[in-house]
Amino acid sequence: MNRISIALDNFGRAVLSNVEEMGKILLLFVSTLVWMVRPPLKVRLIFKQMEFVGVKSIYVVVLTGTFTGMVLALQSYYGFRMFSAESLVGSTVALSMTRELGPVLTALMVTARAGSAMAAELGTMRVTEQIDALYVMAANPVKHLIVPRIVASVFMLPILTIVSDFMGIMGGYFVGVTILNINEGSFVRNITRYVDLDDLYNGLIKAAVFGLILSLVGCYKGFNTSGGAEGVGRATTEAVVLSSITILISDYFLTAIMF
Amino acid sequence: MIELIDIHKSFGSQKVLDGLNLTIEDGRTTVIIGKSGGGKSVLLKHMIGLLRPDSGRVIVDGVDITRLGDKELNEVRKKFGMLFQEAALFDSMNVEENVAFPLREHTKKKDSEIREIVRERLSAVGLPGVEKKMPSELSGGMRKRVGLARALAMQPRIILFDEPTTGLDPVMTEAINELIIRTQKNFDVTCVVISHDVGSIFKIGHTIAMLYEGKIVEYGAPEEIRKSENPVMHQFLAGSLEGPISIM
Repeated sequence: MNRISIALDNFGRAVLSNVEEMGKILLLFVSTLVWMVRPPLKVRLIFKQMEFVGVKSIYVVVLTGTFTGMVLALQSYYGFRMFSAESLVGSTVALSMTRELGPVLTALMVTARAGSAMAAELGTMRVTEQIDALYVMAANPVKHLIVPRIVASVFMLPILTIVSDFMGIMGGYFVGVTILNINEGSFVRNITRYVDLDDLYNGLIKAAVFGLILSLVGCYKGFNTSGGAEGVGRATTEAVVLSSITILISDYFLTAIMF
Repeated sequence: MIELIDIHKSFGSQKVLDGLNLTIEDGRTTVIIGKSGGGKSVLLKHMIGLLRPDSGRVIVDGVDITRLGDKELNEVRKKFGMLFQEAALFDSMNVEENVAFPLREHTKKKDSEIREIVRERLSAVGLPGVEKKMPSELSGGMRKRVGLARALAMQPRIILFDEPTTGLDPVMTEAINELIIRTQKNFDVTCVVISHDVGSIFKIGHTIAMLYEGKIVEYGAPEEIRKSENPVMHQFLAGSLEGPISIM
């Protein structure tokens, strides 16, 4: 009986602390929205973050997109060949990339690259009192540090996703048409027949939401770091894990609503 | 003038400030001493609204800052400059951008004017010509002096120093002490200095306050403090292991 009550007690505590954390993240989001519309907008800082989140992620997004498209083509080819539907490989790759894999893989890669860096940078600023220094100089840290990162991520994720989608389809084309000798005409025709612009748009909306999630979680974890170098390490890990899980869970619900 | 009235502050079950009362007089240097981890930095952060007390009032020039919203608090903060323990320079910016930061944030001065002020402030702290260096290229003592230059940028009336000489060699400690004395005189500011360096406190302080177990247990001019009969004060100044201050 005692053990059960301890287990229940622990479970209850875990639920409460998670709910509390979600509430705090939501409050940070609201405060970000408020500071976003209060002039002056820190345009220079936003562009700096756009470069960091977007431009510097292109290489990794191109690589993951291309190889994902290639392996998708390869796998679906072996499946479709069983009932002589190889010409559907192109549309399968294109649909998978635009609806799911483009936005999700891009978001996960950017989480690993930029979300973690946001948590580490803000965490270091917290433990070295740089965030306190902003407060002391009557400058709001949300405006200076968080708004630029979130705006940049929400803008850049859809752009990176377009790159990923394009490279994935190119990778699929290369494997399907060049290596596996699928007829080029039917490969392309089936893409245009089965893939709507809506598929692309919905994927891009997802990407923007994922951009919001990864930057908000990264900033929240960094901003609330305590406990020196160890704390910064912990914040970074937690940011990546929580962002990735939230991205995958919200992907399901977004898909259920959109398609 | 800063008045702290009956300040209580706890972190979890740990009581840090326990009914503390203290008055910081204008145009003088008040040094707050006490053992490491005794709540000195917490006390300093209350003065500028970085921490809010669980109960009690912090009155800056007649305004109780514990009740202010962000906007009003920011107006009060513009009267302050603060030098942090590790200087807290923004490591993504060079020295010039660091010192210019408050000016760019709160004034509409032209770039050339700002650069001129930065140059002046850096000269005032004995560091001319380091504008383009990054904080990571500076030594601990240089970082603190740049931190002071940044704190002076907006010509504040009150400057808070959080352990300005901790971790510095004796020569640099002396240089920073001189700088604090000179800054106080030349800019005619109120200085609050947190320290546990016995050598420094008598040199720079007009008034000395001893923080012990969350309260100010001794307060007075350096000569009064030297003559104090208080056993806590005695032990602290002598650096003795015997006495009421426990080492944990």
